[in-house]
Amino acid sequence: MPKTFKKPEALSDQKTHYCPGCTHGVIHRLVAEVIDELGVRGRTVGIAPVGCAVLAYNYFTFDFLEAAHGRAPAMATGIKRVRPDLIVFTYQGDGDLASIGMGEIIHAANRGEKFTTIFVNNAVYGMTGGQMAPTTMPHQRTTTSPFGRDVADVGMPVKMAELLSALQTPGYITRQTVIKPKHIVRAKKAIKQAFTYQLEGKCFSLVEVVSTCPVNWGMTPLDAIKWTEETLLPYYQLGDVKTPEN
Amino acid sequence: MSYHMSIDVERCKGCGLCIAVCPQHVLELSEEVNPLGYFPVFQARPDDCNHCALCCMMCPDVAITITEVVDDTSAQA
Amino acid sequence: MGKVLMKGNEAIGEAAIRAGCLNYFAYPITPQSEVAEYLSKRMKEVGGLFLQGESEVAVSYMLFGAAACGERVFTTSSSPGISLMSEGISYISGAQLPVVFVNIVRGGPGLGGILPSQGDYLQATKGGGHGDYKLLVMAPASVQEAVEMVMTAFPLAEKYRNPVMIIGDGLIGQMMEPVEFPDHLKSEPTNKDEWAANGMDTRKSDTPNIVKTLHLDPKILNELNLTLKAKYERMKQEEVRYEPYNIDSDYQVLIVSYGTMSRVCRTAVDDLKESGFEVGMIRPKTLFPFPEKAVREAAGKASCKVVISIELSMGQMVEDVERSVLGQRPVEWYGMCGGDIPTPEEVMDAVKSLV
Repeated sequence: MPKTFKKPEALSDQKTHYCPGCTHGVIHRLVAEVIDELGVRGRTVGIAPVGCAVLAYNYFTFDFLEAAHGRAPAMATGIKRVRPDLIVFTYQGDGDLASIGMGEIIHAANRGEKFTTIFVNNAVYGMTGGQMAPTTMPHQRTTTSPFGRDVADVGMPVKMAELLSALQTPGYITRQTVIKPKHIVRAKKAIKQAFTYQLEGKCFSLVEVVSTCPVNWGMTPLDAIKWTEETLLPYYQLGDVKTPEN
Repeated sequence: MSYHMSIDVERCKGCGLCIAVCPQHVLELSEEVNPLGYFPVFQARPDDCNHCALCCMMCPDVAITITEVVDDTSAQA
Repeated sequence: MGKVLMKGNEAIGEAAIRAGCLNYFAYPITPQSEVAEYLSKRMKEVGGLFLQGESEVAVSYMLFGAAACGERVFTTSSSPGISLMSEGISYISGAQLPVVFVNIVRGGPGLGGILPSQGDYLQATKGGGHGDYKLLVMAPASVQEAVEMVMTAFPLAEKYRNPVMIIGDGLIGQMMEPVEFPDHLKSEPTNKDEWAANGMDTRKSDTPNIVKTLHLDPKILNELNLTLKAKYERMKQEEVRYEPYNIDSDYQVLIVSYGTMSRVCRTAVDDLKESGFEVGMIRPKTLFPFPEKAVREAAGKASCKVVISIELSMGQMVEDVERSVLGQRPVEWYGMCGGDIPTPEEVMDAVKSLV
């Protein structure tokens, strides 16, 4: 078992603006640990989304861009195409990636762009105040689905990992979560695999991380973990959905 | 070789995720508010801590760290 | 290399390469698709990059990404495509990135038509996207001038860290003219290590560079906007370009016209001169900054009775002309924007009807 634990170098000292119990902080840390372990901090460029993680550049110690809503994959394409030696990742939420940025992510994945996407899916719009997302669960109440998501009216929640895996271009697409330490260990391994594929110039890689939003779900952080386990994970099943080998 | 666990009271948002994952039930929420306005976690039973670092892993705010303490008994002598 | 006969769109592509821009992202749209077709082959030959994006929206952010890491980059499009890119142009302006846009304008609104137009004057000069920003806008009147403007555009974009737009009506892209290419540009983007997110190792630094447009502190956002405003004021001082024509005569009418339309006006000015009717002309080569002083002084000439803005749009430039003339003379408009171009005779009739 680990005996020591410290903040990774790729993570800054700044306190995050995230709400108590929000798992963005865990995912940030995992990305930073992987970048440290791969020794690529000096050639990494991150891309922050529009959403709760819009200020992500404050929390890392390497170069960063801030994208417009959903456009991070296009920006990452621009960087990676002109500077293939840089390590580029986008960090996007469900509103950003699965709604307004659906076009950009699908085409970047289909071109097989050699960057990595960390897709944080917490089934709700966070920053704008808890509105319905494409990934909001059936009957889930949000500020724009006050009677619960009516799938007859707005369709079923989008399974992004599966949708992207349907593309014929090779890629690494996996779904993870960070609600318990065992999941965190697996999520980190997946993030490291994703960045490793990028380093090898192998393929597009995306790690969907099923995450919590205690405040907009109207739950305590611990209840949010429980709800994730009982409601989200049966629908958003964990594991590799696609690997470049298959 | 010994280890020291420290909690950065100013970073802690009192979410309690660490309390739930601690197998030794070492942690509890403090009754004193921190500068952020939260009730931070503290080691209620520090002697029970076996430095497994699950709390560190779960903390979204990197508020908990464990460092190695160099055994300096020889220096004292 | 001597003179070659070349289609405007292809010449624009070649000019960018000679300006040292080896990165081109684009989306096909008539009447400028030949740029993408040309560069899809040519970039391979010169070891450059051509990528066809999935939409103009995506292309605008590919440009953002490439420019944000300090590389020279450009795109070409046409009116509806520029509307889609306007979102990204606002972000590129806010992030102060040097990117060159070429708009081979077609008729609008909506899908409009695919024939020449100057209907994007206001979009280009007043900002088509949101927020307080301006592009440096140049308008060529020939294929040769398009080439020269493209080659000037990159150093200008880098000088100001601001997007530059070259706006040519559809004819500039579609017609073939003899063109002579200037020597390859030697200049390189300077000072990019101060701002570009090009990887800390690249610039041997341990301080991250952040390229962003969000400034939640009202004082900081105001500061940014003042910085942008200062750049635009500096452009007004240093970058105004125009061509006067027959301005030494005792003209009764002053024409203000640019691009292809100005070439027809030039013929009209010559023909009217032969019949003893003197007409002067100012041809703006930069639409922003607009040659206000030149137009004001030319309008103020004692012989001048009236000023007319002649455009392939419904009077979009009139505001700028009026703003320059400052009420010294009446300002009239003549033009059309369905895709046809007025003949010299039609221009002459419009001019003669004024006096």
